[in-house]
Amino acid sequence: MSSVHDWAAPNPVTTNRSGLIGKGVDRYEGPLKVTGTAPYAYEVRPPSPPAYGVMVGSAIATGRIAAVDTAEAQAAPGVLAVWTHLNVPPQPPRGTKAHPRSTAGSRPALESDRVTHWGQPVALVVADTWENAIAASALVRLSYEAGTPDVDFSARLPDAGQPPGEQDVEIGDFDAGFATSPVTLDETWSTPIQNHCQMEPCASLAWWEGDKCIAHTSVQMVKPAQHGLAETLGIDRDAVHLLTRYIGGGFGGKGQTYDDLTLAALAARALGRPVKVAFSRQQMMHGTIHRPATVQRVRLGAEKDGRLNAFSIMTWTHCHQDGTFTEHASNFARALYAAPNRLTGHRLVKLDLPGAGPMRAPGEASGTLSLECAMDELAEQLGLDPVELRIRNEPAVDPENGRPFSQRQLVRCLREGAQMFGWDRRLPTPGQVRDGRWLVGLGMAAAIRGNFLLPAKCSFSVDAEGVITVRQGMTDIGTGTYTVLAQIAAETLGVPLGVVKVEIGDSELPPAPGSGGQFGAASAGSAALAAGMNLRRAIAELATGDPNSPLYGGDPERVTFQDGVVAIENRSETLAALVRRAAPDGLTAEGDSRPPPDMREWSTQTYGSHFCEVGVDPVTGEVRVRRMLGVFAAGRILNEKTARSQLTGGMIWGVGSALTEGNAVDPRHGSLIGQDLAQYLVPVQADIGDLEAIMLDEVDDKANPMGIKGVGELGNSGAGAAVANAIYNACGVRVRDYPITPDKLLAGLIAKGM
Amino acid sequence: MLTTITVNGEARSLDLDPRTTLLDALREHLLLTGTKKGCDHGQCGACTVLVNGVRINACLSLAVAHDGDEVTTIEGLGTPEHLHPMQQAFLTHDAYQCGYCTPGQICSAVGMLREVEAGLPSHATRDVRADAVLDGEEIRERMSGNICRCSAYPQIVAAIAAVAEAES
Amino acid sequence: MRPFTYERATDLGQAVREASQTPGARFLAGGTNLLDLMKLEIERPQHLIDVSRLPLAGVEDADGGLRIGAMATNSQVAGDRRVREHYPVLTQAIVSGASGQLRNKATTGGNLLQRTRCPYFYDTTKPCNKRTPGAGCAALEGVSRETAILGASTACIAVHPSDMAVALVALGADVETQTPAGDTRRFPLMELHRLPGETPHIETHLIPGELITAVVLPPPPPGGQIYRKARDRASYATAHASIAIAGGQVALGGLAHKPWRAVTAEAALAAGASPTEAMTAELADASVGELNAFKVPLTTRLFAAAVQEISGEAA
Repeated sequence: MSSVHDWAAPNPVTTNRSGLIGKGVDRYEGPLKVTGTAPYAYEVRPPSPPAYGVMVGSAIATGRIAAVDTAEAQAAPGVLAVWTHLNVPPQPPRGTKAHPRSTAGSRPALESDRVTHWGQPVALVVADTWENAIAASALVRLSYEAGTPDVDFSARLPDAGQPPGEQDVEIGDFDAGFATSPVTLDETWSTPIQNHCQMEPCASLAWWEGDKCIAHTSVQMVKPAQHGLAETLGIDRDAVHLLTRYIGGGFGGKGQTYDDLTLAALAARALGRPVKVAFSRQQMMHGTIHRPATVQRVRLGAEKDGRLNAFSIMTWTHCHQDGTFTEHASNFARALYAAPNRLTGHRLVKLDLPGAGPMRAPGEASGTLSLECAMDELAEQLGLDPVELRIRNEPAVDPENGRPFSQRQLVRCLREGAQMFGWDRRLPTPGQVRDGRWLVGLGMAAAIRGNFLLPAKCSFSVDAEGVITVRQGMTDIGTGTYTVLAQIAAETLGVPLGVVKVEIGDSELPPAPGSGGQFGAASAGSAALAAGMNLRRAIAELATGDPNSPLYGGDPERVTFQDGVVAIENRSETLAALVRRAAPDGLTAEGDSRPPPDMREWSTQTYGSHFCEVGVDPVTGEVRVRRMLGVFAAGRILNEKTARSQLTGGMIWGVGSALTEGNAVDPRHGSLIGQDLAQYLVPVQADIGDLEAIMLDEVDDKANPMGIKGVGELGNSGAGAAVANAIYNACGVRVRDYPITPDKLLAGLIAKGM
Repeated sequence: MLTTITVNGEARSLDLDPRTTLLDALREHLLLTGTKKGCDHGQCGACTVLVNGVRINACLSLAVAHDGDEVTTIEGLGTPEHLHPMQQAFLTHDAYQCGYCTPGQICSAVGMLREVEAGLPSHATRDVRADAVLDGEEIRERMSGNICRCSAYPQIVAAIAAVAEAES
Repeated sequence: MRPFTYERATDLGQAVREASQTPGARFLAGGTNLLDLMKLEIERPQHLIDVSRLPLAGVEDADGGLRIGAMATNSQVAGDRRVREHYPVLTQAIVSGASGQLRNKATTGGNLLQRTRCPYFYDTTKPCNKRTPGAGCAALEGVSRETAILGASTACIAVHPSDMAVALVALGADVETQTPAGDTRRFPLMELHRLPGETPHIETHLIPGELITAVVLPPPPPGGQIYRKARDRASYATAHASIAIAGGQVALGGLAHKPWRAVTAEAALAAGASPTEAMTAELADASVGELNAFKVPLTTRLFAAAVQEISGEAA
């Protein structure tokens, strides 16, 4: 593909003859998941019984390991190996890329005596059983020279600087616009550190077959995991076969690998037997990345009719001392509302905290918690309905770069959401509605999330039974990849879903970018469509070139594919019969997809609206989400069922962000307070009332050849703000320091004399 | 220690380290890996199994303490070819995403419906003197010991409600 | 987990004798808290005596009240018809704690003896006088909201996490035990738990090897009963504060090292004070920090609302 315009031509997905595209078919791998027979990394059966590795985390945040005493651990029952930085097998220095095109460099485990965050893996114990390994891990004695942890984000705010290579973006003259606006708002919000809390803690199982390392792990991106492990082991990339067939949640936290993978591979090599290593739930909190805290200053200057004249979000955030990650909480706003004078940017400070990194809807999840509440506050100042305020600031083109929108149905999301939800019942004055002990309020927010298309490859095969096999180094982290690839394959080849097999999560399959940033389905699916088209062509040529086929001599371009039958008008045979006869070893075709350069001429986003009804107990400050509706426009939907689940899941993440999720830092120790799922509270079933997601009809033909966009992050954009706005409407208290826990809300209620 | 546990209808004799939890005995000794380890501390519910018909967290139970017990795991409820009605309902309602909490959710749901049938009250039961009526609020409260980080909560409620309705 | 030996007790007398004579012995009942802590090596028993199958799981009528066997599970007690009818505050308290799965396993005796959920108690890299007497208390200057405001000491500001115990204290329950000498002891549950003082690692007045065998409920007190709990999450979370009212008796949870019988509030209320006045008097000596100060107004408001709710039901 060289141009976006090529995508206008019909293809099997956009034509959707059998209607499979969009249909809410059950998950491809569902029968395995509901019966517990889908093996996750730690559960794969190795060729011989595995040894068990347990990591030890550092008890300081910064400093060095001064002394190591592993004698007792070594002598403990069943122990096979005890490693620290002193005796771990050598690994190439961090970042080494022996192969220049590796997508990740070396990530040595137990690298040195240097400790750069609390809970950093500093030792490994391997034993014959898990019980022996974990018991011995408690016998590893490490003493430290501890530095003073530099972890106090709020104290370090003044020291935050421009993230490397970034500039503030100013359009017009923000200060002048803000100064001359008749109605202004200038408030600051803060969001806390959050943890991914995937249900499956990171885990790896490795063994060696000769010089080849077979590694099963739980990761969202296959190629960087394979390359990174190969570079760390100092072996050829092809000597690592990395598999990740089932992944118990990712949310960005498994976008990279961790020391469990490296150590499992190293230990398996050293011991000559399979080794598996898993993080404990407690270790996950510090040992893997987190969403960093932010402070966000929002300034809005509006005309009296609500039109924004000046608009700014500035975000302060933090990352690890050795890291470069920035939580871009201001970026999403650049495409959201019109305003001639605009200023957005970020400030970053490096702290002795664990690695900051992407977590579901990075940027939007944090940023909408400020801006979408600021819009609610501004609407109140203006005496305008919050929905109407947003509609009045709807831009005609992307307000930052002037590019046309490929598709933008934000206003429709707002209007239809308002109508379906019964938004007209909202009383603008807070605290007016009571239901028993609950004060009831309604709130809303807009949602936006960018859309991306990344290069990907895929292969399609057909065998003599007419079975289509899709092969791709893609992952399914619960997103529905298996299922939508099967749907694309079935629709493209005109076969029933039941004859499609999908093989993913394997480094030896054609590479795809993996799951993240809601680019997965579009990127992987576009390559799948290309592979499917190539296989169609190969089949058509096979049929029309085979003297024994009824299609012989026909025009390959006119061959149709439906119900497992290839035909040219009334001449037909089954696909299986054709292949069995003319290509008994089967046919394989590859396809690839990459973004054409002219994609950048459009501003392509996904949009939505959230409407929420909460109850606030004015006695305790407890909040309950009673009902919630999200209306989304995200291109063509491949699977109504799995897409809806992605969206409702994202919305619930917003509820968590608004109400319960946040991890405090103990500045004395540099550690997080929430170290398990009893301390770090993710929403449970009882926190979620009636919750629904609606997807508007849309095709975005500038997004990719299928006209689809992603939905994995969108649901989490704006959802928390809708909850916060509903809380205000219920009780008249604004808490701008997330999460809105009873202690904070109670303080506001008391201050209001309630 | 020699321990005999009837797992999914079959008596299984194991020589176990007393430290081995029921969860690890199932996963690492019997290779019944459908029961998941999500937190190992009773905070997530992914390890929920039925012991003598009652749902518990397998992670907070020593296997040797279950000598003579009957344990039903997700593998004992149904197979991909012959799904238990609750498994079918989870499939139909898309009551899962990554699938890691799913076996625990399903075992928990099966045990939970029995508890309702037995009249056990919950925090959502307005008057604990009366028997609970299984509505959405009751299901949500009673299933709150099973965390789903993918947050398939509405779909899980729908799946369980569908099974409960079909059973009644 | 440290290695340990395991035995299943078949005889009560023998179990308590062995517990008192075997070094490092602990009773194992439901195990939901003990195993949790053993996995983190906060508890390091050398020998476990599994008492879960001793015949102590019955709930029986006793002198106009109920005698609840120590091995009765939380679910069993919450679901018992007599408890639901005559002691609804107990059912309400039990079902507002933990999860269905945990309540199915956790026992009555074990629930009373469960240990604090203080994050600094759980993080074994931090000083904690409960784990290591004399080590200091990281929570004192820490960043947890879930700390005590009543009866705390400079050695420990942890709170007792049980909901059930709060209701039992309001109901005026007794605890029955078997001592290693073979004697049966019975005393008010209010006297089971200790305040931390300088020895927060000693949490109860039980003697080594003594086993709780039952909780005895007196006849239900006249008047309404209610349990109210405030927490971050709608379910499966410990209390910021909780209140049990049974007739004229009031107990508080989430505020102290033990379930707190609010005798000052009870007296004030009986003397005609308003609920807010009564609870304000109860909490007059509360010692608060920046993070847990909210528990004072929270408890006062929760109490007023609970009293109002009971009066509403009565009216």
